[in-house]
Amino acid sequence: MPRILILGGGTGGTLLANLLARSIGSQATIAVVSSNVQHYYQPGWLYVPFGQQDPRSLSRPERELLNEKVELFHGEIRELDAAAETVTLADGTRLDYDLLVVATGSQVAPEDVPGLAGGAHHFYTHEGASRLYGALQEFDGGKIVVGVGGLPYKCPVAPLEFTFLLEDFLTKRGLREKTEITYTFPIGRCFTIESVAEVAQRFLDERGIKVETFFNLEAIKPIERLAVSMEGTELPYDLCVMIPPHRGAKFLQGHALADARGWVKTDRTTLRVPGYEHIWAMGDTTDLPISKAGSTAHFQAPVIAEQIAAFVEHREPDATKATYEGHVMCFLEVGRSKATILDFDYSGPPQPKAPNALMHYLKMAFNKAYFHIVPSGWV
Amino acid sequence: MENITITRESDARGSFCPGPLMELIRIVRDAKVGDVLAVISSDDGSKKDIPLWLTKAKHELLGTEPVEGATRFICRKAH
Repeated sequence: MPRILILGGGTGGTLLANLLARSIGSQATIAVVSSNVQHYYQPGWLYVPFGQQDPRSLSRPERELLNEKVELFHGEIRELDAAAETVTLADGTRLDYDLLVVATGSQVAPEDVPGLAGGAHHFYTHEGASRLYGALQEFDGGKIVVGVGGLPYKCPVAPLEFTFLLEDFLTKRGLREKTEITYTFPIGRCFTIESVAEVAQRFLDERGIKVETFFNLEAIKPIERLAVSMEGTELPYDLCVMIPPHRGAKFLQGHALADARGWVKTDRTTLRVPGYEHIWAMGDTTDLPISKAGSTAHFQAPVIAEQIAAFVEHREPDATKATYEGHVMCFLEVGRSKATILDFDYSGPPQPKAPNALMHYLKMAFNKAYFHIVPSGWV
Repeated sequence: MENITITRESDARGSFCPGPLMELIRIVRDAKVGDVLAVISSDDGSKKDIPLWLTKAKHELLGTEPVEGATRFICRKAH
């Protein structure tokens, strides 16, 4: 039987494994390697700093989310040998494969910027979000700098959402008048996609939030409490929330399949790794210039599943199911219990509608339903 | 432009905003002061973004030139 190996137990890897177990589970062996025993719903970390979400409710054991036909290995990946078609784990376990999917995601790399790890907060890990909760509880006014410390990064609208929720939080606590908020972004507007930047900028202006564009983070100086950009801007802060630069998995950084930062070279429609007929990449792992988001992986999983099923069943893939059109969908919270939805693909940018309460409550409902509906493939 | 020797060039054709600008920022970060750097972009947005960033970051835009339907932006790292 063909051996299918999926590296990564996040949204993409878990969903793909379950789709394959249902379609070709009796014709192939399917295994997932995950570095975490727990599967984290990462978008939920956005709400932890404000006390709106218990971080303990944002994870489930990965084993419980996987179809029983899927074998699960826990451990860090030490090496991928694409020529020998083997993967070696840190404990020496060697896994051979016939078909491989790389879905190891992205990770924050605060060590890439001097002073960042010790001098600034973020909410992109369980620990980071919990630590920021403590810092916000103690905050009693002053200057807050919120920003993006490098492109690309995952959950692209989350820093904007955080800024709007922060403004709500400070208003409710009576601290807004005593607080100056500055939002920083590396390019010449507040978000990469122009149509989204226009909407977000309007709300930033309405809420009196300052925006510093072309701010490419050079260093955080914790003693002087300064965020410094390579453009020469220095922003003083009392509390700094800076999304660290991201990297791909360690074993991919500089690997022949990937670039120096570990983003795997990926064909934009087939999601195959060019030059390797039996290797695919998905989600945050790829070098595609699209959003690193759970929804990206969600929409890519069926595309790869169809190609793998066709290979195992010795048939041609159904082109309508086996082509990724760049579909991404995410909510954008703008505070005041309102949100809008960004739904787009390679054919054009999103055209966000006016934020409303319905979208906000839909987002809340989706966050609660994630573990029941996404990894299993119900939606 | 004929007399300028480019120290390092990055071909960002085919990538869209902010890809070419971020590519330029990356090579400026890694370069030495005085290095002449170039990025080739086929994205129209670069014609606005790249000069604006160079002004803000106080590096010198030495010029632009057409390259097979794209534009080469040449700059000097000033500090």
